[in-house]
Amino acid sequence: MYSLRTQRLMTGNEAVAYAVKQADVDFIAAYPITPQTIIVERLSEYVASGEINAEFVPVESEHSALSACIGASLSGARVFTSSSAQGLALMHEVMYIASGLRCPIVMAVANRALSAPLNIHGDHSDIMGSRDSGWVQIFCENPQEVYDYTIQAFRLAEHPDVLLPVTVNLDGFTVSHSSEPVAVLEDSVVKEYLPRHERPRLDYYSPASFGVFALPTHYFEFKVEQEKALRKAGDVFNEVAAAYPDEAGRLVKLDKVNSDGRIALVCMGGTTGTLRHVLKQSASREFSLISLKLFTPFPSKEILEALSDAEGVVVMDRATSPGAPLPPLASNIVASLYEAGINIPVLSVVYGLGGREPTLRLIREMLEKAKERLRTVKVRVNRMYLGYRGEER
Amino acid sequence: MSQVSRLSDLYGREGLSPGHSACRGCGATVAVRQILLAAEPPFIVVTPTGCLEVISSQFPYTSWRVPWVHVAFENAAAVASGIEAALRALERKGLGRRHKVIVIAGDGGTFDIGFQALSGAFERGHDLLYICYDNEAYMNTGIQRSAATPLGSATTTTPAGKREQKKDIVSILVGHGSPYVATSSPHLWKDLTNKVRKAQSIEGPTFLHVVAPCPRGWYFEPQLTIKMAKLAVETRIFPIYEVENGKYRINYMINRPRPVEEYLKLQSRFAYLLRPENAHLLERFKQWVEDRWNYLQKMAAVTSS
Repeated sequence: MYSLRTQRLMTGNEAVAYAVKQADVDFIAAYPITPQTIIVERLSEYVASGEINAEFVPVESEHSALSACIGASLSGARVFTSSSAQGLALMHEVMYIASGLRCPIVMAVANRALSAPLNIHGDHSDIMGSRDSGWVQIFCENPQEVYDYTIQAFRLAEHPDVLLPVTVNLDGFTVSHSSEPVAVLEDSVVKEYLPRHERPRLDYYSPASFGVFALPTHYFEFKVEQEKALRKAGDVFNEVAAAYPDEAGRLVKLDKVNSDGRIALVCMGGTTGTLRHVLKQSASREFSLISLKLFTPFPSKEILEALSDAEGVVVMDRATSPGAPLPPLASNIVASLYEAGINIPVLSVVYGLGGREPTLRLIREMLEKAKERLRTVKVRVNRMYLGYRGEER
Repeated sequence: MSQVSRLSDLYGREGLSPGHSACRGCGATVAVRQILLAAEPPFIVVTPTGCLEVISSQFPYTSWRVPWVHVAFENAAAVASGIEAALRALERKGLGRRHKVIVIAGDGGTFDIGFQALSGAFERGHDLLYICYDNEAYMNTGIQRSAATPLGSATTTTPAGKREQKKDIVSILVGHGSPYVATSSPHLWKDLTNKVRKAQSIEGPTFLHVVAPCPRGWYFEPQLTIKMAKLAVETRIFPIYEVENGKYRINYMINRPRPVEEYLKLQSRFAYLLRPENAHLLERFKQWVEDRWNYLQKMAAVTSS
């Protein structure tokens, strides 16, 4: 394991910056926002010291950050940016344009709660607000995954059959600011893994128009073609992962532990680590755990395979969809089950909003409640808020 | 930089092909054609959302014979920053070559919604030329007020005439430390084309403010576009000047200005301003014209030494 590597102590944010440095990016534009700021700081240090041969543009807003990235990407550059929460919300308009213009930009999102009330701590409501923006969305459990997945994100984004932007999500503070030993590859190995591909670009000697205006006669086709490319990213995903020089760090759509457990827990991001710990310590083998790494395109097929023996599912969302039947992840899981004709009860758990810690005690309580609700209550879909202090209904 | 004194001094390559869907008498497209004929290659054009973008890029057609990109309404300067900086890195790495970057934006995308990105790009000092074709309102969405709409002008959101005078965008960009900020008009084609070349030859963020009469939004007959531009200049409503490294120079001296009414009365947007009961507003308009001219003369005198 990690035979090609050396160990370094890094936070999630530092792991992002280190991966971006090794990816030999040409262009970075970003704006500071907690908890992502350290990524920008590290990258500007790398540029200033000449460790990356890139231009760093310290823009005046996140909207301009992603706009500048689009201009740079259409000029043929390998491009990176990062953001969080309000910054990501400000980028929202341009996120749709980045994917519509098929710009293979990689963006790290240190996930943070959206205002109001203002809160700088972790949850997934920022990226879920841009869920349908047409980006590939990858979630990381720990700094090691952040490092490996950021490198693979560039190869996935730039794959000629994909040409779409990718977000690499890391939970604000719990992953972005936690230091862990990260096994890193040699620079030359990363360089070889990320070859350059030609793609259409702005060039006076072969002029093309980018960002044209399409009426109802053509817009629909543009959008469906784009959706097909996003689906294709799900197929290319395995190929990109298989080529990664170290098997231990390869991208997976999901990772399943305790396969014999009859109640499946589905979770994304840093909290999955807490769940792993609780399950490891527990004598009970009732629960399996599915750590979902790829949220968009949603890997329904792989999820259904992983759920094939499950008698019930607990879906953990670190975001809400106010007024909707279910929060984003639960909604996708229920839709996948319905499509496959699988009729098992689902407990939708919303947890950790605004950084509310899903403690070991809360998780253990949740598992007890899950057993009870999934087995005794004659309701297909149950809902609960984990760690919420008010009345549930 | 080569000086333009004859038509044959312009490059032969038309950047904007005919067949686009601009209105008859569109002042902006006349200016854009001149700009593209004058610009030193290789260059890339960035256009925010607006009339120019919509009339030139309706899929599956494009009028652009030069590399062109539109991203959104408020971010043309940011997109241009990205292109400019990225090509610098790519050239250094042997992966691309530098191009001149030219933004061609309307007044809405410059004075209002695009202002933050514009300010950011100028403050960071990117090497780009930003040209605002000023038709003095949101024409693409149907003639709504912008910060460039003049006092007394009727728009669909100021039906009784705008109460505020237009923003002095040139002074604002001079305040950003831009090495070259100038105004021009499509009726002075030598002035406009030479200013494009001059601005391009200067390293750093440069700006041209070009008057772009709009028959549809100003309510005048389409054959009068060039006359309207000429009147805007000769009434001193739109003075032609440049500010090079802080030094002001009036490029088109108007010693005996025509009365502003000659310009205003040809445009129904000013009908309200010309009503007898609004004489005080007209007075304010005239005072603004006079004050700005005096200011420019003073600045030219003070900074000439």
